[in-house]
Order: sequence, then C-alpha cells, then structure tokens
Amino acid sequence: MAELTYRDAVARAITQEMERDERVVLLGEDVAKAGGVFKATVGLYERFGEKRVRDTPISEQAFMGAAMGAAMTGLRPIADIMFADFAAVCFDFFANEFPKLRYMTNGQLGCPLVIRTANGGGARFGAQHSQSIENWTMMIPGLKVVAPSSPVDVIGLMAAAIRDDNPVIFHEHKSLYATKGEVPDGEILDTLGTAKILRPGKDATIVALALMVPRALAAAETLAAEHGIDCEVIDVRSLVPLDTNTILNSVAKTGRLFTVEENPRLCGWGAEIASIVADEAFWDLDGPIVRITTPHIPLPAADHLEDLALPNPPRIVERIARTMNGSAR
Amino acid sequence: MANKQDGPGPQGLTNDDIGQDVRLELYRIQVKIRDAEKRANDLFFQNLIKGTSHLSLGQEAIAAGVAVAMEANDKSFCTYRGHAHTLARGVSVEKVLGELMLRDNGLMRGKGGSMHLTSVEHGVMGSYAIIGAHLPIACGSAWRAQYLGEKDVSVCFFGDGTTNIGAFHEALNFAVIWKLPVVFICENNLYMEYTPIGDVTAVEHPAADRASAYGLERILIDGNDADVVYRTAKAAMDKAREGGGPSLIECLTYRHSGHSRADPAKYRPPGELEKWLEKDPLKIYRKRLAEYGISESDIAGIEAESKRVVDEATEACKASPPAPHELLTTDVYADGGWAWRN
Repeated sequence: MAELTYRDAVARAITQEMERDERVVLLGEDVAKAGGVFKATVGLYERFGEKRVRDTPISEQAFMGAAMGAAMTGLRPIADIMFADFAAVCFDFFANEFPKLRYMTNGQLGCPLVIRTANGGGARFGAQHSQSIENWTMMIPGLKVVAPSSPVDVIGLMAAAIRDDNPVIFHEHKSLYATKGEVPDGEILDTLGTAKILRPGKDATIVALALMVPRALAAAETLAAEHGIDCEVIDVRSLVPLDTNTILNSVAKTGRLFTVEENPRLCGWGAEIASIVADEAFWDLDGPIVRITTPHIPLPAADHLEDLALPNPPRIVERIARTMNGSAR
Repeated sequence: MANKQDGPGPQGLTNDDIGQDVRLELYRIQVKIRDAEKRANDLFFQNLIKGTSHLSLGQEAIAAGVAVAMEANDKSFCTYRGHAHTLARGVSVEKVLGELMLRDNGLMRGKGGSMHLTSVEHGVMGSYAIIGAHLPIACGSAWRAQYLGEKDVSVCFFGDGTTNIGAFHEALNFAVIWKLPVVFICENNLYMEYTPIGDVTAVEHPAADRASAYGLERILIDGNDADVVYRTAKAAMDKAREGGGPSLIECLTYRHSGHSRADPAKYRPPGELEKWLEKDPLKIYRKRLAEYGISESDIAGIEAESKRVVDEATEACKASPPAPHELLTTDVYADGGWAWRN
C-alpha cells in the first residue's frame, strides 16, 4: 500500500498495461519526452522508448485516426487529448468513426482503444480549456465512457479500459491530478460499468462523478453533522456501461435522489439517471429528483466566477437540505 | 490527354514489362467493375436499391491498377465511392450488389450499405463516408505494420474534394514524419460533388500541387490508363514496403455519371462528357490488349464471363431475403450486443 497522486496513478496504470502487453502504445501531443502537460505520463518514454510512447504534432484528427487504424489492425493504442475541449476538433472520430466501425461492418472490425482526456474545470483556464465533456461522449452508441475520481480507480479502470475490446473514452479530471489516495501494491484491475457506494446512508442518495465525488462526500458530512440528513454517496465512475442497479437499489432504500454534475445543465448525465429512476423507481421516491449542476453557461476564467459556477459543497448542502425540508423550489 | 507524368512515377517499369497475366487481370477487373456499376445503376431505376450510391463509372482503371499492384496482405481504405475498390480486391459481385440492395447476402448483411463496403478477408478495411477520416486511419494501419514489423502496405483512396479538408493535410504530414508505409491515391474526377474542383481549390492539381508542402514527390498520372496506374502504384508500394515512406499519387480521371444517384450532373459543360468518353478507360485498355496480341476471342470471353457473373449475382440478390430483425442490435459493442446498462 502506498499513497499516490491521481496524476501518478495514470502513469502507473499505463506502465502496468504496457508491461503486460506489447501491443499497448501511447501517443499524443507532448506525452512522450515532456511527460504530458499535466505530467501524467512522466517516465513512460524513458521506460518504454520512442517506439511505444510517441509525440504527435498538433493534429488531433491525424492521431485519433492513427490510433483507430492501429487498433482495428492489432494494436491497443492509448491516445491523449490534452484538454478534453479539443475533442471538438476531431469529433468525427468520437461520433462517426470509433463507435460505428463494428456496427456498420457487421462485426468484421473493432476499435479497441482508449482516448484519455484532461476533462473538467476548476483550474481557471476559461471557456475553451475547462469543459466537462462526458455528455458529449455518453450520447453516442458504441462508446464506453469512464471518469474516475480517485487514484486507485484511475489504475483499475484504466487497466480495464485498455483490456476492453471497445473504444473507451477515459476522462481524467484535471483538478484531481494533484489529489492523493491509498493504492495497493501489485496489479490492479477493475470492472467497467460498476458504480461504487463511497458513503452508505439512509435518507438520500447522491450520485456524482469525477471532481464532484469529493465535493458530494464533503457535503454529505456537513448534511449529517448540521442537518441530521444521512446521505448515501455513489460514485458513478462509468457512464457507459451504466450501473443502474446500484443506483436503483440505493433509491429504493433512501427514497430520494440527487445528482451532482459538473456539466452545463442541458442533457447532463444526471438527466438520464433521473429519467431511469422516474421510469423504474417512481413509487420508491418520497420527493422530487433534483439535479445540482453547473448553470447552462460557458465557464469563466475568473476564479471567483468559476467557483460560483461549479457545484461545491455549500451549494450541494443548501440544495439538498432545502429539498429534504420540503421546500423543493 | 497524354500520359502526363511528372516526377519519377513508374520508375523504370514500362508497359512492355507488364506480363500477359497482369494485363488480363487488369482488364478483367475493369470489366467487372463496369458491369457491376452499370447493373447497380439499372437496379436503382427498378427501385431495388434504396438509399444512396456513388458509382465509379469512368474511374475503373484506378481501382483495377492499384489492386493488381497490391499483395494479398495489403490493406485498402476506401470512400463512400468504394464499390470499385472493393470489387477490385476480389470481393464477389453478389456480395457487393447484395449490400447495395440491403439484403441478407450482402457483405455486411445490409447493416452498412453502399457507402461502407468492408471485406476484411480481402483486405478491404472499410469504406468511410466522412470525407478525410480514412486518411489518418490508413496511417494507423501503416503504423501497426511498421510497429510489428509486418510487410503490408496500406492504400488509401479518395477524391479531389478530400484535398481541401484538414484531415488530408494532417494525415500527409503525419505519414511523412513517421515515415509510414502508406500510399495515398487521389482520384481527381474534376468535380467535388457538384462543384468543379478548380472553382474551390487554390492550385490546379489538388493533390499533386500540394505534395511538395509535405516533402513528397509530385506524382500526377493518367488515371484512365490502367497500365500507368499499375506501374505507378507498384513503384509507390515497393518504396513503402522497403521502408521508404509514403507516396501521394494524383490520378486524373472523369466521373461518367453524377455524384450520386440523385445527381443527373446537369452542371457539366456541353461536350465535356463526350470528350472523356473517348478516353474511357475500358476503351483504352481494350485497344491496349489488342496491341499486345491478345485475341479478340479472349477479350470477348472476359466480357461474356463478366456479364454472366453479374447476371447471376443479380438474380441471387433478388432471391435473398432482407436481414432478420435480430441484426438491428448486434455488434454495437464487442460482446456482440448493444447493452449500455445493467
């Protein structure tokens, strides 16, 4: 057992898988010699050499396509989108190429690759380097979508993503890179499509993702201490496949559901979960489902404004307490 | 148009060096494509082909010339105008027409349709309908060959219109800096869908005139002469296989029909089609066969056999049922299904 940062967990996960499988290769802008702009791939170039860890030009279409062509003919590429926002310049691959290949070739070809992104806000980078794009990827049939919140999950889910035979979009959160967590020694392998109950509780269910997970946990402690509300906090971890069983079982127990989402309001992943719970667990609910999200705005650079935009523990506490006390609006 | 040949091109190989077997194969494939595409056109008008379709009538020499220069293990990456390149790699007319007719006997049992013909067993690694995307994808296949020390070459076909999208430029730069075994074949049929390519392009030759920007040789050839295409493609593939990196070949040609089934091509200036019909690749090649001493009866035999195959394929496709409903949700994910939740 050792304490590791989320950032170092990325390199450890890739190291684990590159040592296991010669077909695993890494490419992206500044991922090799520089070790990544977030320093999440430091040491990989030195350890595995320039054949397996390759810098690319600023050509997202070129290296997304190259990753796909390599994946469909026998390699297991991991390609890095430096800031998740840049997925928009090569969105053809996310929307039309990776996820459609297997279906439209009637299973003749597959696309076993992992696209890493540095996702999310909180770093004062402004509107084009701070977005939470998990919804852009969740909406496309054929993709799997993962967003871990802790170092140990980074390793286990990254390993599972690399070994998966589907295209997996792996959203790392840039504001979590410096956070630390306990990580066991030896190989770590998790399962995609499994949510985790991080805090059991009986009064309300909070589902959260990535950076919103530690914020939901902090809010839950305050809600317990100051409002006597005992929240169950679920880290969704994987949007596709989605572990609806864990969420539905929790709602059956608590009767209340809150989502905490970093994405702008419209079409957030929480809306899908709310829809599923409304459809399938309506009679378990004792009150309205409430989504706590970033407002439907681009993110500002200014720190005090960005902090106003993203859901934070006081806002989560206030919203849940207000709802639970019977004044939902 | 003479055999316009800038750059080194065929590198020593002349028409005289093309053996009789290769020559017959080049003709056989061109005839197969011509007959299958004409049949596809007829089937549209009988309402037996739904959706869209993009024919290569008039461009057969390119698909045939490149395919014959390829080895069995080489990979083809095609566009939505990909019937010709798929047929040229040896895929049966029935499988292609079946897919166009969206029947269960089609290459992908109707799940892909005309624009996504794929036959991995023949090295046809997909037909891509978003302009430009498959150039980087072909780079990735070439990177895999380079990484694993495999000797196959990846070949990527695209039209003149593709040269104005970013992915074209990204892919060329990428292929050169990684020295990838990939050959890019631009079929310049003079029209970007409905618009003359010259109206929307900064240079006269949309691919060849850009080659130097990526340190590549300028290769501009007569795309209606299968021998020229074969020789040029062979040289480029040999170079790629030997570790010499990518090539970009611009083949001048002409689309006899419109962009797609919806396009009667009324925008063409009067006389243009007629001028190009004189340079019809099949006409050129039939004459070439005679020049090299192939008998009229051998030529007629190839043509009759092709017609028989296309007729039989047509009947087999008409008799084939559509795919079963279960196919709707297969192969979304690698487990064969479509489940996104538990």
